[in-house]
Amino acid sequence: MSVTTHLSRRRKPAVLRPSLSGQKAPVPHSHRSRRRHPWIFVLPAVAMFSVFFLAPTLLTFFYPFTNWSAFHSNIDVVGLKSFRSILHDGSLRNALQATLIYAFVVAVCQNLFGLGLALLLEEDTWLNRALRTVFFLPVLLSALAVGYVFRAFLTPDGALNHALSTISGAHVTFAWLGSTTWTLVVVALIHSWKWMGLSMLIYLAGLKAVPPELLEAARTDGAGRWRTFQAVKFPLLAPAVTFNVTLALIGTLNSFDIVQATTGGGPAEATQIFNVYMFRVFGEGLYAQAAAMSLVLFLVVTALAIPVIMFLRRRELSL
Amino acid sequence: MTALAPRARRRRTRRGPRAAFAVLLAAVVIGIPAWLVAATIGKSSADAQSPNLHPPKQWHAAANLHTAFNQGQMARGLLNTVLVVVPSVILVLILAAMAAWIFARRAGRLTAVVYAVSISGIVLPPTVITMVLELRKMGLADTRVGLICAYTGIYLSFAIFFMTGFIKGLPIELEEAAGIDGAGPMRVFWSIVFPLLRPVIATAAIMVTLFAWNDIFYAFFVLGGGGDATLPLNLYQVANAQLYQNNWNLIFAFISIMSLPLVALFMLGQRRIISGITSGAVK
Repeated sequence: MSVTTHLSRRRKPAVLRPSLSGQKAPVPHSHRSRRRHPWIFVLPAVAMFSVFFLAPTLLTFFYPFTNWSAFHSNIDVVGLKSFRSILHDGSLRNALQATLIYAFVVAVCQNLFGLGLALLLEEDTWLNRALRTVFFLPVLLSALAVGYVFRAFLTPDGALNHALSTISGAHVTFAWLGSTTWTLVVVALIHSWKWMGLSMLIYLAGLKAVPPELLEAARTDGAGRWRTFQAVKFPLLAPAVTFNVTLALIGTLNSFDIVQATTGGGPAEATQIFNVYMFRVFGEGLYAQAAAMSLVLFLVVTALAIPVIMFLRRRELSL
Repeated sequence: MTALAPRARRRRTRRGPRAAFAVLLAAVVIGIPAWLVAATIGKSSADAQSPNLHPPKQWHAAANLHTAFNQGQMARGLLNTVLVVVPSVILVLILAAMAAWIFARRAGRLTAVVYAVSISGIVLPPTVITMVLELRKMGLADTRVGLICAYTGIYLSFAIFFMTGFIKGLPIELEEAAGIDGAGPMRVFWSIVFPLLRPVIATAAIMVTLFAWNDIFYAFFVLGGGGDATLPLNLYQVANAQLYQNNWNLIFAFISIMSLPLVALFMLGQRRIISGITSGAVK
């Protein structure tokens, strides 16, 4: 454990302050070191990454401005037509709203569930270790599969209504996945359920790194459970919070499977997040519109995820 | 040790109700969905139409698993998945390890910039629409090779990031000693650095397998619904085919067969996965 802890201390800042990472390394014989670590080793990775990640990203700044579709044989530049159409039919606003609400609810719930589980299963007993494995299992399942399981659970003649009918004696046919307001939250809760085991593991690791002397000191000062959590454990969990929120944001902004499996974007497009929209429109052959949405998603992630990560990092330092 | 003694004693008094609550929570939160799947797999198609928590009147589990496996074309799906996931994982690991070694050992502004660009894929969303266009132009759309290239591009950043951090924590002296003995960079990398990367390679391999095995979004765009469809694509087709709509017994049978390899993989590498996931978060 101490080895990994030590490593991660160096590893984490590297992503946020990459310009420092290179300079930190000791370079006693820089000339010889350079010859011993030739650039050619980087080349294959950079080539694959450039061709299959960076190039499509750059192309996304071009193709939305064309009439690329399944219905034209050639591709011409047509300006802002695609953006105008996703703006006017309301799909851009709708996707943006659905995705942001979804991301927010998941970021909050996944962290609350994960933190709650971590605190509950913190002690290292055999039972807790077994239960941690149980709560981690959904992480391993395909998100599509999880979506289908919950669809079977939540459809009007599904398991939940059936159970409620049995308990209440009345015939319950509530459409859990049929509300234009609440279904998005229901699906976000399913997403949180699938990933809470991962958050739990990360919080458990964070709790393990809390120095026992501090907990002892808090106890000597007469702090109760809640006070100890609030004043000692939680501030020290800041890096774990950063990591978890980042994971949740990246995961939800690029989410597709759970929504597609449970609602397919419905009812009335209420859960049509970016990727579900792109999938549908691409299937209709409207490639340029799908690419336009893809560009918007790219800009949203860059504008949202990066500042959030920076903010959380700064908060960590000030705590 | 003496300092910890009062803590342990205090905890023990509370352990009973706490443990009972944890077990109850697991039974409700994980147990109920798991039971729904297990019970439904056991039912006949007529009983599975409206899923509920009743136990099946008669267990049809074997027949359902058999039908799902055959009609869902799982053997072919499994083969396609393996033929895509295994090369992707190997490619990601080898390319990332080579690059990470240089990023970890070289200093200077250029290294920092190339490293930052290489790991940008962790945060930036893959732009799959234009990736499909590019793959079409390269003649790789609708092929397994195309999907392997897509996965490699998407997951490289993640692997480079993890491995660079790991290599920075390794002592450089071994490499230097080998260098003094006249070994070239190729020798040094393959016979000294790469073997030392075993723990991080195991973690990264399992993580990339987890992503790629369960992926449907990128597989959809790159492969479409052709004969090369992977398991999740098959599942989607099975679940959406008119013939199978609401045949939850077959859908769940498919899901359980598809999930089995990953659960087995996790059970085998549990410790490694957990330490790998968490090492990035603790400080």
